[in-house]
Amino acid sequence: MNTLEKNTAPETAPAGGVLPLPPGPARLVALVGAAGTFVSTFLSWTYTEEFPGNLTVYGYPGGLQLLTLTGALLTLLFLLSGSGLRGLRWLTPGGPNSAVRLLALGTLGVTGYTVGAIIKNLGGLINVDPGGYIAVVMALITVIGALGLPADVPVDPEKPPANPWAQLVHSLKAPVPGRLRDMPGWVEIVIISAAFALGLYIFTFGIDTDYAELFIGYMVLVSFAFPAVGRAGLTRQLGQLTAKHRNVTVTAAFVAAFAFPFTQSNDAYASIGTNILIFATVALGLNVVVGLAGLLDLGYVAFLGVGAYTAALVSGAPTSSIGVTFPFWAAVLTGAAASLVFGVLIGAPTLRLRGDYLAIVTLGFGEIFRIGVQNLDGDSGPDITNGPNGIPNIPELEILGFNLGEEHTILGQELGRFSNYFLLMLLFTVVIVTIFRRADQSRIGRAWVAIREDETAARAMGINAFRLKLLAFALGATLAGMAGTVQAHVTYTVTPTQYKFVEAVPPNSAFLLAAVILGGMGTVSGPLIGASLLYLIPAKLQFVQEYQLLLFGVALVLLMRFRPEGLIADRRKQLEFHDTGQLDVPKEDTDLSKKVGV
Amino acid sequence: MASDTIPAKGQGGGTVLDARGVTMRFGGLTAVRNVDLTVDQGEIVGLIGPNGAGKTTFFNCMTGLYIPTEGTVRYKGTVLPHRSHRVTEAGIARTFQNIRLFANMTVLENVLVGRHTRTREGLWSALLRGPGFKKAERTSEARAMELLEFTGLAAKRDHLARNLPYGEQRKLEIARALASEPGLLLLDEPTAGMNPQETRATRELVFAIREQGISVLVIEHDMRFIFGLCDRVAVLVQGEKLVEGTPDVVQSDDRVVAAYLGTPFEGVPEDEAVAEVTAAEDALAKNTGSGSTPKTSKEGDA
Repeated sequence: MNTLEKNTAPETAPAGGVLPLPPGPARLVALVGAAGTFVSTFLSWTYTEEFPGNLTVYGYPGGLQLLTLTGALLTLLFLLSGSGLRGLRWLTPGGPNSAVRLLALGTLGVTGYTVGAIIKNLGGLINVDPGGYIAVVMALITVIGALGLPADVPVDPEKPPANPWAQLVHSLKAPVPGRLRDMPGWVEIVIISAAFALGLYIFTFGIDTDYAELFIGYMVLVSFAFPAVGRAGLTRQLGQLTAKHRNVTVTAAFVAAFAFPFTQSNDAYASIGTNILIFATVALGLNVVVGLAGLLDLGYVAFLGVGAYTAALVSGAPTSSIGVTFPFWAAVLTGAAASLVFGVLIGAPTLRLRGDYLAIVTLGFGEIFRIGVQNLDGDSGPDITNGPNGIPNIPELEILGFNLGEEHTILGQELGRFSNYFLLMLLFTVVIVTIFRRADQSRIGRAWVAIREDETAARAMGINAFRLKLLAFALGATLAGMAGTVQAHVTYTVTPTQYKFVEAVPPNSAFLLAAVILGGMGTVSGPLIGASLLYLIPAKLQFVQEYQLLLFGVALVLLMRFRPEGLIADRRKQLEFHDTGQLDVPKEDTDLSKKVGV
Repeated sequence: MASDTIPAKGQGGGTVLDARGVTMRFGGLTAVRNVDLTVDQGEIVGLIGPNGAGKTTFFNCMTGLYIPTEGTVRYKGTVLPHRSHRVTEAGIARTFQNIRLFANMTVLENVLVGRHTRTREGLWSALLRGPGFKKAERTSEARAMELLEFTGLAAKRDHLARNLPYGEQRKLEIARALASEPGLLLLDEPTAGMNPQETRATRELVFAIREQGISVLVIEHDMRFIFGLCDRVAVLVQGEKLVEGTPDVVQSDDRVVAAYLGTPFEGVPEDEAVAEVTAAEDALAKNTGSGSTPKTSKEGDA
């Protein structure tokens, strides 16, 4: 296969599919495969109902079959769009074939996983109905056809891909789509809203998956479908729209997040949302320190702890050593102020260090907080925090007579305790996102980035590096403290063990840092997505929890190898890690960037 | 352009920079020994010397990156603090020998960072986004664009600094330094790695900067560049100032030639051969009409 490809590559330069098939038949094969996969989901895949999701029914798909169905349908749509079907061409302004390839692989992944899971769970091949085999075979046919489609980016005749793997990698590249043609404003706004509604639906689908197999299938499909949509150029064009309607986008994102609790009938799932928000806002605070100012802080969770402990102490909890009851707004301010003071106290001596030294010292201070709190129990020191027992029975919040611990019916929907806290936390998230963005796009933000880029040069440009680093540290600490004041009430109890460097349950320092790096440093949406993934995956998959740290390490290694800029790339970071020359060329040079074919 | 901060004095009026007895020791090594140097208002002063002579160390002593072991540096009469951001605030801006741009920031952002000391908007103002903040941002951007026009980089405002060609990166460093509205600009090898055309353009740029009332102190190895540019040249050899004077004086000083090329041994067999080669090179230099005196014809070796 390899030699064949090499021989034909120079003559048919624009081709370059992985399998040496002529484009027409390849497309036909893929179409037949995708349609077959689609139909196969209406068949029975297994005899018994023991496998969750009921895959035994002829006539309509269920459970994991729905995911295969979605994958097949998307493959079909993109295939038809790629073959120039009128009315569908808008789907693939970038590279249609690479998108099809990814989707076909994703569909095969889901289908193969489902059939594999049936065989493993129920014990033997016998449990798979013919429908299951048909689905796998059809998905495989789709992949074969898809791999035969020509590459979207012409092969460089001088440097053809050396091996099949390089060919595959090349065939998954796609050109940058052109600018979106002008549409009436309301259409664009409808498109943005629809995109966010779809995003919310996909997110809630993931949270609402009620068995592990469905969640894994969902993750497989999503992790192929999202890059596919990106290859097709839709993500970029949506980006053009959101850049044009910034306020609409922010509002749509907020409304989508606000709508989340109203989609949840089960408060347990709403608790996942609440915890994700707490985790994500703290990660966003850390992003000020790590992403903007470039200070590696390994003890960041201590600031969350300071906020939480402060809120607990002034909450009127029966075990609080202070025994005062502050209204919530005052507790938030006190918590934020305490974190600020703690941040400055830690920052002032440590921020004179650079790089690795700073990381080690912050790691130390993070542990000092935890151990200090553990020892302020009346034996080793004054009794402030009850030592390892922590402060339990923190009362529910009551804001303007609205008790967040009770169920309320709003807009015809029962909102449970966690939904209430979700909405409160959402308010905090909006505040923290605003603070992050405004700080980033200002003289202060530029100075932070300058310090991150080259501290010596930044000093020589008149930037008081120490003061600005301290400011970043203090701001990050304050934001974490604010989140901590809510966290104390959500978890009822604060104990020292919640604020370790690394632990199975996020948020902790290691996971916070991972969320920032995984999601993308210096961006707003990066830490939000990173935190969602890092919280959602272990929460959904019980078996992952045992190997969590191992898997987590593997994931980070893979990420650093294949996408060092994180899932959501800051424009700067993307350029830094994938230097293709003139990637950043502004509008007028779009031809050039097309030629380079990023 | 920076006339609001610089008193409009004529050439040679008033001392801008006054370094006295600057000595810098690193352990047992004395990199700079008892160097005096002054720069007057509107003057372009060159600092030359062989590699390792301590030129950049001297620069770093002046800009607060190093704290000199002995000696003081005054800027317009006040002693400079040993903190580089305070030095910039006082009015001395610099470029670096090995370009130190903020590589992953855009051209415009780089210049805006240079404006840092001349703007006051803090975190609160950034978070609240009042009218003052917006006005300051607009003014800064207008000023930065003005500087980019001045250095000919306006068309590249949205490019990342790292993607600029080498010569333009040097220009951007100068634009960034000018953004801090300095009274004195220190250029550390501004033409290193440039072709003759770019070098000429840089000379014009430095003259244009002087036109605006900014004094310039420049380190350079390109002798043609330095002698065509500077009003006064100081030669630093092994950490000590050897000669100081107009380009003509410095060019005709035997000690400078000796410092760069070494002194010939008497009676060494190759001596005659060396003399022949030198003569041939001189003849060549004259034929090509470089206009420089024989003694500087070896400038490529500097």
